[in-house]
Amino acid sequence: MSGMASPVIFWVLAVVTVGAGLAVALTRNIVHSALFLVLTFIGTAGFFMLLEADFLAAVQILIYAGGVSVLLVFGVMLTRHGNIKLSNPLNRYKITGGIVAALLLLLTGGLILYSEWEVSPEALREQESTVSAIAVSMLSEYVIPFEAAALLLLVALIGAVLLAKGVKHSK
Amino acid sequence: MIAGIDFSLLTVEIFTAALGLGLLIINLIVPGNQRSATGYLTVLGLLGILLVTLSYEGVEKTFMDGMYIIDPFATFFKRLFLVAAILVTISSLPFVKKLGYNEGDFFSLLVFATLGMMVLVSAGELITLYLGLELMTISFYILVSFKKKDAKSCEAGIKYIILSAMSSALLLYGLSLVYGLTKTTIIEQIASTLAAGTMQPLMALGIIFLLAGFGFKISLVPFHMWAPDVYEGAPTPITAFLAVASKAAALAAFVRIFLIGFPAYQEYWITLVIVLSVLTMVLGNLVAIPQTNIKRLLAYSSISQAGYLLLGIVAFSSMGIGAILFFSIIYVFTNVGAFMVVVALSTSTGSHKIEDYSGLYRRAPLLAVVMLFCLLSLAGLPPLAGFVGKLYLFIAVIEKGYIWLALLAVLMSMVSVYYYLLVVKVMFLKEPPQNSGIIKVPNGLQIAMVFSLILIIVLGIYPKPLSDLAMSVAHTFFPFSF
Repeated sequence: MSGMASPVIFWVLAVVTVGAGLAVALTRNIVHSALFLVLTFIGTAGFFMLLEADFLAAVQILIYAGGVSVLLVFGVMLTRHGNIKLSNPLNRYKITGGIVAALLLLLTGGLILYSEWEVSPEALREQESTVSAIAVSMLSEYVIPFEAAALLLLVALIGAVLLAKGVKHSK
Repeated sequence: MIAGIDFSLLTVEIFTAALGLGLLIINLIVPGNQRSATGYLTVLGLLGILLVTLSYEGVEKTFMDGMYIIDPFATFFKRLFLVAAILVTISSLPFVKKLGYNEGDFFSLLVFATLGMMVLVSAGELITLYLGLELMTISFYILVSFKKKDAKSCEAGIKYIILSAMSSALLLYGLSLVYGLTKTTIIEQIASTLAAGTMQPLMALGIIFLLAGFGFKISLVPFHMWAPDVYEGAPTPITAFLAVASKAAALAAFVRIFLIGFPAYQEYWITLVIVLSVLTMVLGNLVAIPQTNIKRLLAYSSISQAGYLLLGIVAFSSMGIGAILFFSIIYVFTNVGAFMVVVALSTSTGSHKIEDYSGLYRRAPLLAVVMLFCLLSLAGLPPLAGFVGKLYLFIAVIEKGYIWLALLAVLMSMVSVYYYLLVVKVMFLKEPPQNSGIIKVPNGLQIAMVFSLILIIVLGIYPKPLSDLAMSVAHTFFPFSF
């Protein structure tokens, strides 16, 4: 990905991703929100591709666009849902929320623009794929967080089972 | 074996993980009616691990250019978590027995939460730090909502999950900004990058997000809203663990990131920390006064104690860090001590109202005396340990010239004496209610309470060994006094 094409691709992706993100928050139908969320995930995957992080892009599509969004849709399906307005009590604070969000956007945007960023047009790595590099670093320098993540997932799994299953007193 | 990693340094973490996993398996093997006995096994296992930490005296090693750090600072906090976990396990034995389901899982999750704290204090790198934090909080989500039939416990669990997830998101955003600007996740390298370059405006946002994220975990005002509700709804031993160990762990990580990672910008963030500390001390103490539920009272008191702890960070000196270490240890014994009394009383009366403590001195002298000393120590009255702890913190900030801050802290301690004494008055001067019998306290709990009581008194009269240890640990961790 080089030359003239990448800025054009970047802006197309940016408009799609941000637009879909806005649509998630603004549509009244929660199923539509979920579908727009999938679009946001795919847009993000596009950014990863643009940055030549092929593995991350694949994972983003598989796990987020594939897995998480299906879970979300199931969640929507299995719970009561009517007008999305009723399910969100914070809707009362439309004006205050809007002002706070605008201020935060101004502040963050301003700070990002005023910070100096080191930009390099070169590709980060000269490799065919990033998979093996990620694999090696996960089992060498990042071995402790890697194992911690494994235990964390185990705990989350046990917790989900414990909370979801009914109370059964042991005899 | 991977080159460059000496796994023997990870013995404590590996044993803790093994204990957690082992408890899960034992829970499957042991027949249902004996499962609450896994609690004793947990105590033994944790005691064993505590003994292992003794061999880490003075060890100072890092992995992979500072990815993971085993230094006296981390070891000090690991011992603190283990002691807290042991006391909490002992005090949760009656609760778990009464619960009647998922006994082994309860203790296993408790051990995993402890492991998360250990990873958190040893992490020298942002990703490890975040994973440690999440391992701790995810275990706590489940433990908080463990009383599934109790609406308050479920409510507390949901509140904790949602608010904590939001604060984690803030923290993560802050971490990503820091990484983006410094191009490294290793805390020591962040410090050298920041010291070399000029202040980037976005860094301010990163620091603010980190402060907010940690502020939530340590329950500083204005990020404290979750604490009273969660503390009230959670099973009481878990409340104690949350108030003591999770707070200490988050504070330790906070200290490591800010003092080691961002010393270049200390003038900016110390001002923010002072503001947070003042708000926390004032609000925590004033709102505690009208509370009628003992768990909510202790929740607000633990919020205000976090405000005092921040003074040690404001001092930005090895004296300040030493004071934090000393105070944290004292805080474990006093706070867990107070919560153990709450556990003992609520298992027999089922109530957490302060008015139900009336005449406690007649019904259970031991409980009343332990509560008295814990509350007086929390209030910081001499000659108890809490007084010495606060004294070190106040001296540390006075050394840096913040006399007004120390005066405010003293004033707020006076306020806290008032609401602690209200409880004492109810316990000692009011008549016990009609037809109330003597309260039976399980043996394990009695031993743990007496142990805490002795430490609170002895460390108040003769604090030198612990304060020497805390100061020497602080000095190797942060050898500056400016």
